Amino acid sequence: MTIENNRQLSKNTIMLKTFRIGGIHPPENKLTAGKKIVDLALPKQVIIPLGQHIGAPAQPIVNKGDTVKVGTLIAKAGGFVSANIHSSVSGKVNKIDVAIDASGYRKPAVFIDVIGDDWEDTIDRSDTLVKECNLSSKEIIDKIAAAGVVGMGGAQFPTQVKLLPPPGNKAELVIINGVECEPYLTADHSLMLEKSEEILVGVTILMKAVNVKKAVIGIENNKKDAIAKLTKLAASYPGIEIQPLQMKYPQGGEKQLIDAIIRRQVKSGALPISTGAVVQNVGTCFAIYEAVIKNKPLIERVVTVTGKAVKNASNFRVRIGTQISELIEAAGGVPENTGKIISGGPMMGKALVNTEVPITKGGSGVLLINKNESKRQPMHECIRCAKCVNACPMGLNPTLLMNATEFGNWELAEKNFITDCIECGSCSYTCPAYRPLLDNIRYGKAKVSAIIRARKK
Amino acid sequence: MILIAVITLGIIGAIGAVFLYAVSRKFEVYEDPRIGQVQEVLPGANCGGCGYPGCSGFAAACIKADTLDGLLCSVGGDVVMARVATILGKDAAKSEPKVAVVRCNGTCEARPRTNVYDGTHRCSVESALYGGETGCSYGCLGYGDCVEACKFDAIHINPVTMIAEVDEDKCTSCGACVKACPKGIIELRKKGPKSRRIYVSCMNKDKGAIARKACANACIGCGKCLKECQFEAITITSNLSYIDFNKCRMCRKCVAVCPTGAIHELNFPPRKAEPAAAPEAKAAVKVEAQAAPATKSVEAKTVAKTEPAAPVTPAEKPEAVKEAPKAADNNNEIQPK
Repeated sequence: MTIENNRQLSKNTIMLKTFRIGGIHPPENKLTAGKKIVDLALPKQVIIPLGQHIGAPAQPIVNKGDTVKVGTLIAKAGGFVSANIHSSVSGKVNKIDVAIDASGYRKPAVFIDVIGDDWEDTIDRSDTLVKECNLSSKEIIDKIAAAGVVGMGGAQFPTQVKLLPPPGNKAELVIINGVECEPYLTADHSLMLEKSEEILVGVTILMKAVNVKKAVIGIENNKKDAIAKLTKLAASYPGIEIQPLQMKYPQGGEKQLIDAIIRRQVKSGALPISTGAVVQNVGTCFAIYEAVIKNKPLIERVVTVTGKAVKNASNFRVRIGTQISELIEAAGGVPENTGKIISGGPMMGKALVNTEVPITKGGSGVLLINKNESKRQPMHECIRCAKCVNACPMGLNPTLLMNATEFGNWELAEKNFITDCIECGSCSYTCPAYRPLLDNIRYGKAKVSAIIRARKK
Repeated sequence: MILIAVITLGIIGAIGAVFLYAVSRKFEVYEDPRIGQVQEVLPGANCGGCGYPGCSGFAAACIKADTLDGLLCSVGGDVVMARVATILGKDAAKSEPKVAVVRCNGTCEARPRTNVYDGTHRCSVESALYGGETGCSYGCLGYGDCVEACKFDAIHINPVTMIAEVDEDKCTSCGACVKACPKGIIELRKKGPKSRRIYVSCMNKDKGAIARKACANACIGCGKCLKECQFEAITITSNLSYIDFNKCRMCRKCVAVCPTGAIHELNFPPRKAEPAAAPEAKAAVKVEAQAAPATKSVEAKTVAKTEPAAPVTPAEKPEAVKEAPKAADNNNEIQPK
């Protein structure tokens, strides 16, 4: 979106908050908006990867042949930045082996054959809403860590680490990410409609954990029903405020959301906590509610299965480790003329090489797009229109970074903050010459990060 | 009038000359004349294969060093190093000539595509994104980052197999392709007597069944070569066989027993299938084991070596070697949603 378009938009609509730099507005295509969450039938086998989070992979503590229940701890966090992993089904451990992941590489995972549906006794499976929480901040954080909660927006960052700000930083408020700016996806939207009270209790717990009095839930204005419902309910929860936001991608990015809500920018290389904001996804808030109040570890999540030709596109509640093929089957199978199956949304998701890939804690959607839409156009020369520069929400110069990467000029790339790229894909989306900007920048970012790490050693 | 102009300019010129002479004497930098001499005998490719910034950097390093041990111009080889040694009056260190070897033989036929990659056609970019277009996440991607890196036109992508191939006459073993390959499948191996080499042409560390399913030519880690080798040159780690070229005696027995044809032999004379000539063959192997065959008669004997009943039973089940789970980097980023 160009600056002119931006001005046009702000003239026509009531001034809603949004982030200040860059951004685009792709067609929303929220086909499954307002659809009820459907429980997916238990699969025959689940594949639970040991690395479902940023940081060290978890260490397995079960062996082949062990019997596990729903909620049994099967792998312990392998470091400070790591997370526990629990069994999402009851049954027998078939093997601990490598399983293909969304990127086509094989990573260690625990395979469990499903027998019945036997839950751990400590888990409260009732639906009764509990609003009180008398635990201290430390107890809450310990419980969240024990339940293996990670950021469910997609980054899969261990939640307990985010709640323990490094020395010198103090949390001032909690920002809840209900933006869901990715086209097609409606998992968070449906959760906000169906589990509104639970999410609000979760936010209260979060506020207690980081010891702040204020929380803002940011929701894009295309989810008016969720905004209305939460605003009505939030009246009885002190300190929680609902903030409708203009529709703009990638507003759900942590740094963009902070800018949109409290008008503060995260410095290059700094942590988001340096602005005083702790950002959590609404899905994570619900997981925190379940972990703290109901003793239920993170073993299931809501996944949107969608696509223009998908028969029963809907939002499914799925056990972690369920293969994506089963989800597609439940949604009516792969339609003819499907070009790509994407894990996640169309902007940041990853095209799958295999549908045997399991759903992980951060897997928010499965998108089936047809051959026409998925086809990439042939690349042309850069025409210096600077659309990518206008679109970049981090204020970078994508075309320069792509060239620097192509010619291996890592110094130039580093000087121009390639490591600040959030890989949102806005540059590639706007490029009229169809240049694969993000492809190259992603590689350059990995390369420059490796150089920086080597220098520190 | 003309005279005044000539005299004025002449005086200005003279003053300038005196000034420049004084400055150049004052700030003169002494450069060892031998740097120029050494640089003259070096190939001038500036490939960086020696580990120094260009040929002049290498020349300076040669002069600075006490001995020439460990300093090698891989492009020029021993011939150039001997000349450098004469100029500097030092002893030239002998080096083993090496050559780049592409350790993948997953041709289009053997390794069918399971998906189509339509991003930037560069191996490094594709590799940063995902495992690749085939079921094998270790093999050659075929977009030619190595071709781009090679300054000697010595490596090319074979349009039929879509795998990088080394032209060993042109290869100078500078190692540029080794650094360029994101999958790390190119290795500098000893060139070997008469350029004869035996190597495992596969990097797949998956278990046998998975590797085999992805590629018919993959090393499945069955261990047959390990048992066959008399010189302890073969090791198997993570379901992958590796031949130590310093220990290998070129007996070629491993090549014959490999069920998938993952072990390659290069530049050997063709064998003849003559099972009857068993005792002779044994003798031939001994001769071969001692050194590379030098005379024609010995070569003839080598040719007589038997070919064990070759057709191979597929699908070996290698359960012997268990792969240690390897933690891979998680390159997730903060993901807007």
